[in-house]
Amino acid sequence: MIDEIPISRRSILKLIGAGAGSAAMYQAMTEMGYAATSDFAGPIKLSGARKGASVLVLGAGIAGMVAAYELRKAGYKVQILEYNDRPGGRNWSLYGGDKYTELGGVTQEVQFAKGLYFNPGPWRIPYHHQGILHYCQMLNVPMENFVMVNNSAYIHSSRAFGGQPKRYREVVSDYDGYISELLAKATSQDKLDAALDKDEKDGLLQMLRRWGALDQNYEYKKSDDASNMRGYDRPPGGGLESLPVNSDLLPRKDLFSSTMWISLYLNKSWDFQGTLFQPVGGMGMIGKLFGKLLQGVIKYDCKVTNIHQDEKGVTATYVDAKKGGAPQTAHADWCVCTIPATVLSQIPMNVGAPLKNAINSLSYIPAAKVGLQFKRRFWEQDDAIYGGNTYTDQPIFNISYPSHGFFDKGPAVLLGAYSFANINSFTFEGQSAKEMVAAALEQGSRIHPQYKTEFQNGVAVSWHRVPWTLGCSGGWTDENRARHYDNMCAVDNRIVLAGEHCSRLPAWQEGAVLSSLDAIKRLHQRALAA
Amino acid sequence: MNTQTTIRFLGTVLFATLVSSSATHAQLGLPRTGLPQQGGEAIYKGICQGCHMPDAKGAVGAGMYPALASNPKLETAGYPISVIIHGQKAMPVFGAAFSDQQIADVVNYIRTHFGNSYQDKVTPEDVKSAR
Repeated sequence: MIDEIPISRRSILKLIGAGAGSAAMYQAMTEMGYAATSDFAGPIKLSGARKGASVLVLGAGIAGMVAAYELRKAGYKVQILEYNDRPGGRNWSLYGGDKYTELGGVTQEVQFAKGLYFNPGPWRIPYHHQGILHYCQMLNVPMENFVMVNNSAYIHSSRAFGGQPKRYREVVSDYDGYISELLAKATSQDKLDAALDKDEKDGLLQMLRRWGALDQNYEYKKSDDASNMRGYDRPPGGGLESLPVNSDLLPRKDLFSSTMWISLYLNKSWDFQGTLFQPVGGMGMIGKLFGKLLQGVIKYDCKVTNIHQDEKGVTATYVDAKKGGAPQTAHADWCVCTIPATVLSQIPMNVGAPLKNAINSLSYIPAAKVGLQFKRRFWEQDDAIYGGNTYTDQPIFNISYPSHGFFDKGPAVLLGAYSFANINSFTFEGQSAKEMVAAALEQGSRIHPQYKTEFQNGVAVSWHRVPWTLGCSGGWTDENRARHYDNMCAVDNRIVLAGEHCSRLPAWQEGAVLSSLDAIKRLHQRALAA
Repeated sequence: MNTQTTIRFLGTVLFATLVSSSATHAQLGLPRTGLPQQGGEAIYKGICQGCHMPDAKGAVGAGMYPALASNPKLETAGYPISVIIHGQKAMPVFGAAFSDQQIADVVNYIRTHFGNSYQDKVTPEDVKSAR
């Protein structure tokens, strides 16, 4: 542990910086916990592919395109086969005029106004996902801020406060206030003397008074200090009659016996800490621009039906995904396969039992999202909510307001539901698209009554009905991962898998990037050694 | 179950599932908390139809979901029981989320609907011994 060494971390960094330059210093900083990001170690530099060596990449999602781009740069001949008629995979935005046909055959025609969109898949990128951010910069994808936490947004519980939504700032301030009060009382009444010495007690009490907006008796009460945190009934103004009117606290009993803390806790986690980003114009811009860069490399509408390897190379058999017809083949020396495990388990492929068992072990989690277009931004105009997330204990779970186009007077699209990865998500995503839109409207209107009069149109995507993934992302359990993860990632003769399912960042694009970089590094080594 | 109890029960389930789903991206294995639906039809609509489709005819894309409608593999009740408990490829593991009764109910439902008419009923004890 570096903290136990009696020399400051800063002076160690200075020594390293002087001796080895800034790259070594950056590396050391990362290891010591400063500058901590995902394990992206900077742009990969592969080179020296054997003359004429080739790689077949299956899937033009983020992992497949990263692999194809980097391997082509290293000197390989590269071809990608893609099931869809577009690049990106789960990196995907729906725009007005788009059509989406799900499993079961239902087609939705997206009716959003020009320029409006909805991301059925990934929708936010935390700052520490330096791998995907590297490719965004390389592709010149314009980025903007994604608002994650908005103190003005709502937390709603159908079982607390008569089902009335409360502002995030009220809930967080009142939790802080009441917790501080209880802890301060226990401390000042010497009940924690076994745990705290005098200096700690004094320091803690000082902190809690400010942190929780407590009065001189360590009580959390309606006050100027409390309203300075949780907001006012009437905020301070100018001129005459400008005195603020303080707000009432939420009763402690009702707050503590609710589950409103869940969304506060979600927002605190590493994945969701700011700064977060989104591409201007939709998450799908990354896939679009990547596809453009790889024009001519990607063959679309290819449904892979067989993958075969022998001592000479890898052959994929495929048919036209739309028209069917006679099987065709693509051949290369090596193969990077990014087909989701749910689909791959159904494709005959001659790999060893460890990889086969790993693929067969992995099902994908349920998730569904609903995009709703409204005539106007009533959340901004009526409620002063600019971007950010509202949470509810209803099945829709999450409403997210657009982080872009603030103050626009025209229609806008918000995320009206995001059901993710729990048993009830199967129930939500098992509804028809129409039912999901109706559910989003009904449940959302309990938070925003304006929904009913301002609604224009909506689109819903259930991830288990997405034809090319059969689910949202790899549903690893700890037991399953311990047994199969390493086998899933290992090179099997001439084939290596990549994608978020081969990472420890499931469902994140960063997982797809990091898995792809690691897979091609190992495949390249094997190709050079062969 | 009166309304109040139902709400409380649903609340417990939702609470538990939210907590487990909040492990979000560190571990995305399916939560092992209870399934609220009771009875074969409600369970089918609540869980199964999202993939196997409301008419149980399955679907085909890059991969496929098998039809349960008129499926001779359902003749042996032990087969669907085992697939529900242990999962199979894209089919998630539901053993921990479903009670013995719930699995028996949904197996009995699919074996007597959608063009299937197997009359031998599955009991919770059958499910228990298959776990």
